[in-house]
Amino acid sequence: MSRAEAEPATSHRRGPRGVTWLASLVLFLASCGGSGPQTSLEPRSDIGRTIDGLWDLVFWIAVVIFILVQGVLLVSVFRFRERKGQETEPIQVHGNTPLEITWTIIPAVILAVIAVPTLQALFDVRTPPTGDDVLQVQVTGHQWWWEFEYPDLVDGNGVPLVTANELHIPAGATVNLSMTSTDVIHAFWVPVLNGKRDVVPGRITNLTLDPDADLAGEVLSGQCTEFCGLAHADMRLKVFVDSPAEFNRWAAGQLGSAAAPTDEDLASAFELFSATCTACHQATVVSGGLVETLGPDRFIMAGDLEFRSSLAPNLTHFGGRTTFGGAILANDTQHLAAWIDEPAALKPMDPDRNEVEAGFILGMPDYGLGADEIDQLVALLQSWK
Amino acid sequence: MAVTTEAPVISRSPGGKGVWAWMTTVDHKRIGLLYGITAVTFFFLGGLEALLIRLQLAGPDLELLSPAAYNQLFTMHGLTMVFLVIMPVAAAFTNYFLPILIGARDVAFPRLNAMSYWLFLFSGLMIYSSFIFGGAPDGAWVGYAPLSSQLPEVVRMDFWSVGLLLLGVASIAASANFIATVFVMRAPGMTMLRMPVFVWMVLVVAFLLIFSLPSVTIGLFQLFLDRNLGTLFYAAQAGGDPLLWQHLFWVFGHPEVYVLMLPAMGIVSEVLPTFSRKPLFGYPFIVFSGVAIGFIGFGVWSHHMFTSGMGPIAEAGFGVATMIIAVPTGVKIFNWVATTWGGRIRLQTPMLFALAFIGMFVIGGLSGVTHSIIPADTQQHDTYYVVAHFHYVLFGGAMFGYVAGIYYWFPKWTGRMLHEGLGKLHFWLMLIGFNLTFGPQHILGLNGMPRRIYTYGEGMGWSFWNLMSTVGAFVIFVSFVVFLWNIIRTHWMAKGIPGGDDPWDGRTLEWSISSPPPVHNFDEVPIVHGLDEFWHRKYGEDKDGRAVRIASDRDRAVPDGFEDDETGVEDIHMPSPSYYPILASFGLVVGGYGLLYLPWGWLGVGAGMTLTLWGLFGWSLEPITREAH
Repeated sequence: MSRAEAEPATSHRRGPRGVTWLASLVLFLASCGGSGPQTSLEPRSDIGRTIDGLWDLVFWIAVVIFILVQGVLLVSVFRFRERKGQETEPIQVHGNTPLEITWTIIPAVILAVIAVPTLQALFDVRTPPTGDDVLQVQVTGHQWWWEFEYPDLVDGNGVPLVTANELHIPAGATVNLSMTSTDVIHAFWVPVLNGKRDVVPGRITNLTLDPDADLAGEVLSGQCTEFCGLAHADMRLKVFVDSPAEFNRWAAGQLGSAAAPTDEDLASAFELFSATCTACHQATVVSGGLVETLGPDRFIMAGDLEFRSSLAPNLTHFGGRTTFGGAILANDTQHLAAWIDEPAALKPMDPDRNEVEAGFILGMPDYGLGADEIDQLVALLQSWK
Repeated sequence: MAVTTEAPVISRSPGGKGVWAWMTTVDHKRIGLLYGITAVTFFFLGGLEALLIRLQLAGPDLELLSPAAYNQLFTMHGLTMVFLVIMPVAAAFTNYFLPILIGARDVAFPRLNAMSYWLFLFSGLMIYSSFIFGGAPDGAWVGYAPLSSQLPEVVRMDFWSVGLLLLGVASIAASANFIATVFVMRAPGMTMLRMPVFVWMVLVVAFLLIFSLPSVTIGLFQLFLDRNLGTLFYAAQAGGDPLLWQHLFWVFGHPEVYVLMLPAMGIVSEVLPTFSRKPLFGYPFIVFSGVAIGFIGFGVWSHHMFTSGMGPIAEAGFGVATMIIAVPTGVKIFNWVATTWGGRIRLQTPMLFALAFIGMFVIGGLSGVTHSIIPADTQQHDTYYVVAHFHYVLFGGAMFGYVAGIYYWFPKWTGRMLHEGLGKLHFWLMLIGFNLTFGPQHILGLNGMPRRIYTYGEGMGWSFWNLMSTVGAFVIFVSFVVFLWNIIRTHWMAKGIPGGDDPWDGRTLEWSISSPPPVHNFDEVPIVHGLDEFWHRKYGEDKDGRAVRIASDRDRAVPDGFEDDETGVEDIHMPSPSYYPILASFGLVVGGYGLLYLPWGWLGVGAGMTLTLWGLFGWSLEPITREAH
């Protein structure tokens, strides 16, 4: 039915039509410019839908109250505005106690009605999931990147899977994030899956992710939402929701070591890597049958959990990531070369204040490498899928 | 009764011209004007910062500002608007009108009042001087630890902590002063429940500040010590607690929201009845809901921390408390609407702003209720949705209310009316610009745009509404240029129409005295018989309850025989100007600068303390009124 047909029938009832118009206007405006990859209004998880359901309930109650209050105000202003030549003064009403008690009680009742589902949902979404099938991930927030460790996914030597900025989780699974920070407060937020949770130094906070099964193959956006200094805006993350099989394949690959290169060019790059990059970065490398982890091992305690607090992202499988630098730069030859050449040109950082011994890192320094050296390092890192 | 035009007692009161007279004044009206002019100046600075922020965010990946500059600008914007604009604007109205509204000749402690103002001004200038001395604070106005304590060698956040500590001293002094004034300076017959709502709201605000500022003061001291003297209050790895800061800050920070809001509610509660020509609907309900907001306001602070991981029990409690505080707020709104109902509504500029205040505040209030839905708040928290919410409360609410107050009381300050046409132009530009700026930010936040980010990517779907928001910000700017022009042409170019003593047919005592008021406010202290005292001197009610004019046009509260007769006021002793308040304040700020540059700064601290002690001793030993010769 077209709007033109509907209009004559309702034209004498201004109120409801006004409501419809306003509601459509709000929806139209909200859709302007698109919702984007980080919208909280199109959740793809049970928890996300629970939250969105609460939002819808409160939003529509608010819309009704908004229309009523503004409507009465506007009616009052138009109906009782002073006319030209008006002589009569208004009746001096001082108040009306029953009326005032009524409009004290009604909002209280509405709020009580809202409070019930709110508290139910609160305890639902805030109870950390238990059980053997829950995938545990430990998240460490750093200025300005994310470190993810899967404590239950370990290689033959008992070393757990570690990655940075790009979180992989299986579709349809339940994931429990245990989070802490090594420096200032951050907040982990992937709006399509769940609300945000602060990542606080010295404490563990939890967040549950339960992506829908049909999300398999999709990549979700998230970012830090607690102001954490210079590059707060560039502390983003990607969540790869893999099918369970794809996730297992990915995890198995991540648990392997990187190969120390044998060809001549990359061998000199590897030497450079071992001498320079491993001051902060780690990489687990197999060389001549010997597995060795280069770079500093650093941990912090929060609550009763030990968290990884690496100085910089682990690079063992760097070539397999799609982005780097806090998930802001595409992981391709051009960006990587530019980054190694002058990191601070691509992302705000303050490496002059680094105190490596104290574990205080505010970004990657410019090592003044030559173009050849950079090209070789790029090739080396890209070979480590 | 000798007719001496240079009546010595009066001429010693701060009636002189020139910079020195203003610097030594203890007259509450002059101090009020100083607060107002200073706040408007800071408002334009804070607005300039907002425009730069909006330009940087107008499109994706823009590079107008460096991230470091952006972080300083948004921190200073928040700091400025909260502490250097809205609070002092409220203080300006309070200073000027609180004594007059309760029939007093001055505040209880006039020199303390002067000290509060100068300390506020110097602290504001000190915070702004950071732009010259190595950069402005850049850790957001809330200064969350441990980010704010992270780089002790960078002095920026010290400007913030020391500046806020000094501003806190000024606010505590002003609050104590206002409370004492309300409690002991009311005119005969001015019982508590005959006080105008504005006075009530200011009283609640003064108590809020006195009880909430100590909390943030402790926090700021600890932060300062962490940064400068190696304590570990907020250092997590040494056993300190970063969340402690958030609790201490928000125990202050949430009542602070009502500190910013309640005086505007008070102003609107004066404007609506005047322009509806009806009494305020349900005066006791409005007063006691304001008091209730004050009390409950201390029990909701952790709704700023719903994502910090306090655990569901605490979150549930603070969520319900947050819902409860919506009830007295709703009561106020319904009563304001009912005040207009059945009135004879004059849509002059102050009324337009007061009506828009209700409309915009309803939006901010409703989005506030959505924050109490804790799971939903975890999506909204720290996004542009929150930015939109608090701008609807503090700009759409508080600022519209204060602008209503400026249009309403401008004739009382200057004797001239602001131009109605320009006023209405200002109103519509501001209303449209405001909604264009902040309306879209709701959508941006729900679509995942975090606050405090200096840039965003192209594929995020945020570009269109950010551009609209930036356009809106410039419309707001234009509206305030119109406003400024209106003030300049009305007052300094003297083109405004003289308003007389009572241009709006007002209800409260300030309209019973001349415009601008004499130094001593009232030739004879008024005797108050009821709420809306001045209205009831002018109007009675007929048998239907309609207002009927009862007195002549000439009904100022001046007893017969004293009209325009200066000799009638010869015996009124007003406090003399004093340079000690400004000296004491200056010393505190010198000491504050010293604290920024320890250890050599200890010398500055010593010098500052000496100056302050000199000021305080001189002040104590100086007679309130110089002897007449």
